[in-house]
Amino acid sequence: MEGAHDMGGVPWSSPVRPEPNEPVFHSEWERRAFAITMAMGMPGGWNIDMSRFAREDRLPADYLGMSYYQIWLAGLERLMLDRGLVASDEIEAGKPLHPAKPVAKTLSPEDVAAVLHRGGPTERKATRPAMFATGDRIRAKTIHPPTHTRLPRYVRGHVGVIERVLGCHVFPDSNATGAGEDPQWLYTVTFTGPELWGEASDPNLKISVDAWEPYLEPA
Amino acid sequence: MSDHDHHHDHDHSDLSETELRVRALETILAEKGYVEPAALDLLIETYETKVGPRNGARVVARAWADPAYRVRLLRDATPAIAELGYAGRQGEHIVAVANTPRLHNMVVCTLCSCYPWPVLGLPPVWYKSAPYRSKAVKDPRGVLRDFGFELPEGTEVRVWDSTAEIRYLVLPMRPSGTEGWSEERLAELVTRDSMIGTGLPKQPHEVA
Repeated sequence: MEGAHDMGGVPWSSPVRPEPNEPVFHSEWERRAFAITMAMGMPGGWNIDMSRFAREDRLPADYLGMSYYQIWLAGLERLMLDRGLVASDEIEAGKPLHPAKPVAKTLSPEDVAAVLHRGGPTERKATRPAMFATGDRIRAKTIHPPTHTRLPRYVRGHVGVIERVLGCHVFPDSNATGAGEDPQWLYTVTFTGPELWGEASDPNLKISVDAWEPYLEPA
Repeated sequence: MSDHDHHHDHDHSDLSETELRVRALETILAEKGYVEPAALDLLIETYETKVGPRNGARVVARAWADPAYRVRLLRDATPAIAELGYAGRQGEHIVAVANTPRLHNMVVCTLCSCYPWPVLGLPPVWYKSAPYRSKAVKDPRGVLRDFGFELPEGTEVRVWDSTAEIRYLVLPMRPSGTEGWSEERLAELVTRDSMIGTGLPKQPHEVA
């Protein structure tokens, strides 16, 4: 989907402002928002692509008007509401009003270290050969899916070169909708600065994205 | 940090409303039996005290000290990093990219905030901010100036936009004047930003 989250190359007036000795969290509510989001993944049963879509699928003013962990919170509420794990009257009231929905598993303190260490690898066994090889020239397709995608706008329609073949990985465009993992070949695709940004760009600049095969066509 | 409040203005507006909302939500989830408060505490403790850029600094220091390790790291970073015990969430597939005198690497996630957690911890606010996410892919030298340094003219700048589940770790150049240093001492030179590509390692005199 098109959204304010897709920020590459968007003009932005303010400089990047590093914060010396920045703490991991800036307030107690950020700690708790982070933790409940992480912990709800297991009983909630959604995947990372569904989480990302729940965060980014909102109007630009809404997305840009929230801080990072406020967006996480809004995404978490959306995922839970969609699945009936909580109801909107409960969120408004700030307390439980309905019985819990049965969930398969919750995250216990004993499992935290192992679950984090295991993570969620996305590489899958390939069932067909890769269409592209290192060095091939490709064009990123001009697509505007209304659903989740990880092909950023700033590379669409541009010609790049396959730099690495990264294996077959879960395809977010499918996984985010609940249509299954549909693993696809994944490539690091490199573009020059002038190709993406025009003649005025630094000729010594190269930018890559990691792009799944359905995003690409031979050039 | 005197201008802290201007860094991310909406982080601090309606804070009390958000604070109350999060507290209430946690209560609802705990009472429904979906989350265990002790597990929440452990998640927070893990990322505040255990998983952070000191992990990545150990990886870089080893690559500086041990040429065979450097080769393994650049060939297939995930198992090389796992040798030091770091693996998992948001670092399932890691690629390490080396800076050279002619090449400077920088990592960004223009679409959200993808970042190699097992080696760097959770990302700083600036990494997740609109200015960084928009500017890094178009004007990385301008970003570096925001961080207070200028790359030599002619250096190739290579930006890695983390649009999939591959996470990138920059292997900065080992500062000169560190011959014979132990891995522990070398790790002191490795800053978080040098592993993202928005900074350089410290010089020996800065840690003396």
